[in-house]
Amino acid sequence: MFRVKSFSFEYAMPQDKDSAMPTLSINNRPFDLDVDPAMPLLWAIRDHAGLTGTKYGCGAALCGACTVHLDGEPVRACQIQVRDAIGRKVTTIEGVEGKVAAAVQGAWQSLDVVQCGYCQSGQIMTAIGLLSQNPKPTDADINNAMDAIVCRCATYVRIRAAIHEAAKNLG
Amino acid sequence: MLTKRMLKKAILPIDATASRRQFLKGSAAAAGALVVATTIDFGDKPAHALTVQDPPQPNAFIKIAPDNTVTVLIKHLDMGQGNTTGLTTIVAEELDADWSQMRSEFAPSNPLLYNNLLMGPIQGTGGSTAIANSWEQLRRAGAAARMMLIAAAADSWGVAEKEITIAKGVITHARSGKSATFGEFAAKAAKVMPPVIVEPKDPKDWVHIGKRVPRLDSVGKTTGATVYSMDIKRPGMLTAMVEHSPRFGGKVKSFDASAAKAVAGVVDVFQIPQGVAVLAKDTWSAMKGRAALRVEWDDSAAEQRSTDAIFAEYRKLAATPGLPAARRGDAEAALKSAAKVVEGEFAFPYLAHAPMEPLNAVIEVKDDGSVEVWAGAQFQTVETATIAWVLGVLPTKVKLNTLWAGGSFGRRATPNADYIGELAEIAKTSKAKAPIHLVWSREDDLKGGRYRPMFVHSVRAGLDAEGKIVGWQQRLVGQSFIFGSPFEMMIVKNGIDETAVEGAADLPYAIPNFAVDWHHVKSPVTTLWWRSVGHTHTAQAAEVMIDQLAHEAGKDPLAFRLDLLKEHPRHTAVLKLAAEKASYGESQPKGRGRGIAVHESFNTVVAMVADVTVGADGGFKVDKIVAAVDCGVAVNPDVIRAQVEGGAGYGLGAALRNQITLSNGLVEQANFDGYQPLRISDMPEVEVHIVPSMQAPSGIGEPGVPPVAPAVTNAIFNATGKRLYSLPWQLETLRGV
Repeated sequence: MFRVKSFSFEYAMPQDKDSAMPTLSINNRPFDLDVDPAMPLLWAIRDHAGLTGTKYGCGAALCGACTVHLDGEPVRACQIQVRDAIGRKVTTIEGVEGKVAAAVQGAWQSLDVVQCGYCQSGQIMTAIGLLSQNPKPTDADINNAMDAIVCRCATYVRIRAAIHEAAKNLG
Repeated sequence: MLTKRMLKKAILPIDATASRRQFLKGSAAAAGALVVATTIDFGDKPAHALTVQDPPQPNAFIKIAPDNTVTVLIKHLDMGQGNTTGLTTIVAEELDADWSQMRSEFAPSNPLLYNNLLMGPIQGTGGSTAIANSWEQLRRAGAAARMMLIAAAADSWGVAEKEITIAKGVITHARSGKSATFGEFAAKAAKVMPPVIVEPKDPKDWVHIGKRVPRLDSVGKTTGATVYSMDIKRPGMLTAMVEHSPRFGGKVKSFDASAAKAVAGVVDVFQIPQGVAVLAKDTWSAMKGRAALRVEWDDSAAEQRSTDAIFAEYRKLAATPGLPAARRGDAEAALKSAAKVVEGEFAFPYLAHAPMEPLNAVIEVKDDGSVEVWAGAQFQTVETATIAWVLGVLPTKVKLNTLWAGGSFGRRATPNADYIGELAEIAKTSKAKAPIHLVWSREDDLKGGRYRPMFVHSVRAGLDAEGKIVGWQQRLVGQSFIFGSPFEMMIVKNGIDETAVEGAADLPYAIPNFAVDWHHVKSPVTTLWWRSVGHTHTAQAAEVMIDQLAHEAGKDPLAFRLDLLKEHPRHTAVLKLAAEKASYGESQPKGRGRGIAVHESFNTVVAMVADVTVGADGGFKVDKIVAAVDCGVAVNPDVIRAQVEGGAGYGLGAALRNQITLSNGLVEQANFDGYQPLRISDMPEVEVHIVPSMQAPSGIGEPGVPPVAPAVTNAIFNATGKRLYSLPWQLETLRGV
């Protein structure tokens, strides 16, 4: 009936992954964070880097509210340890940029997609990931990419419309 | 009786009016800039909670700044329903402001100025009342502020007030060619005495109401800038998590904090009435600390039954008469003499609200004993009083900041301020003198109770030989969350909790012999209003039974309804509009079905036509919902459409697969794997049509929920010939039909 998309991560482990004071690159800025390297990236971003646009919804990769980009790919920040983000580019909703991001955020605004808004960072980060890979997604493509991102307000009609709108505007 | 002339005389310089001095002494005068600044402190409160009869209160609701922005103070919680945009629209309309100059901010907690006019002396949001209770209040406040601007301009320009016009945020005197922005007259208008009598605009002159205006929260919520209580950071703030009893009604017997205290970052572990609190330097440490905590529970007074046993008890009760909630004619006799009797039994599970933002709030007890709290506060008066009571301070010492909430669906509106009371208990017990952020995990949320109560309905209805309904007998069994709450006096009538039987006891269909009973059952499991409250179950029972009766009578379900709703023009209008827009009556291809339902809740009537596809392999999809809505004046049609789209999705998700179940008293669901929310691939296309109306606005946050489950249930019957009753649907029973 529904499917939670699984994400896989393949990359070389950075050398200094267990250093006492990890440095993370978030939105092209270095953050020296005094945290346990095993801390989920979500909590490092929110509690320690002070970037609160990335949301906690379930802590178990079941809702997608915490979706950020790691080297440009959407990932669940609640499932990545800080040590595994060292040396990689973390992008949050506050730092996302480029024409795809602008088209997605613009479509979200012109269609007034949001209700409570709490999941929308995750929706938008995932939609940017989708349109970056697939500039003309079908409804089935949208279901496939977006099914794992929960919106309890059920703004799904407009999320779908906004993705199509952004795709159209990107030409 | 005041005449218009007297009214104009009433617009005097504020200095001449001693009683209004306080209004200027506050921030308005200090800033020297605000027309009608909020100066709400508890030293300047009205003698009673406001009513619709009170003079307009522009000072409480509108700020106009020299930078030409107009800020509307929002007395309600916006948890996604868009009331911020709606309330601001009403003021913009009366001011003839330009939408681009409109702003909003959440009002402080003050039950006298910011009470919900439909709830008495309580500031709170619920029952789909935000626009309904504010409509006249904000129209009049806006109209008053407009008159103050005109008075200021007339005085400056030395012209007659009646020659001044305002359009799109520009004040104009055509004859002299003078014009100005609101900002230019902000300071001067601030000294004008608010008028007592005002005339809101003629609806034919509306420029914002009924048109699309961009939501005020779209930009913040698409850029990560919007601040929820989850995002509040205070210097030195600690995070608290609480281990609650896994069984409802369980108490702490003993606990071993040694492993929890050994977790890096954990500051303290201590008992509070709600459980055992772990205080840590950040959220992750609090989570790890709590996981290491060992608690032994005393379950002697706890709910230890399983869901099946509870339902079995409810079914037994449903076979016997309960407390009478409605009586008309003699239903028993009518059923005995009926040509055909149709029966249906409906079971409804506990449901969690599961707002996306898990419950949380921040508290800061200051050195002078005053307290500041940040929360997605929904019952500000109850919450302020609870904090004050727990901490032993006067309510005037509590400053409650309302923030945007990441959903609620009723969950934050607790009659005992549950999680905010828990936060106050932590602050009271904590030795660490630091701001504290209480965070509930998703697991705490789903296991934490305050569920939509379980219900069983047993319905018997009789048809005569012509296919007319002659009798209806309905028995409901379920818990009440109103008894023992501050709302008991208001909502319980003759022993009946109206929220348990709403939508059943007031069934609109013309049925001569009618009886509805309710069995009041009790359990330590805590329950609460869940978006559309009693209508979450009564609409399903009513609209599925009516559909079944139409089928048994050999009549079309729409025609059957219209025939029984002749005294209900709003029901008739939405049914006809939805049917017309959905091309009702066209035959459906094999495997597809179409169902219809109509339901009134919160003075709004919604009809839905649902189209479904049911595959022989058990595949199931709701393809499309066409809805028609009568909610009075449509202040923001696009927000109304959004609420009906979202309401349909919220109701559909629950009906598809949501239930909270107990096994020996333990909740079996923990996160979004066991409690599966609606996903984008489940979401049907939704079309929303609004019936034009000049009646005062009624609710819209909730009324989209009730009709969706019965409309789809009836569509499933249309497709398969199989009648489902209970929710969530047992879709596996459709395989092979």
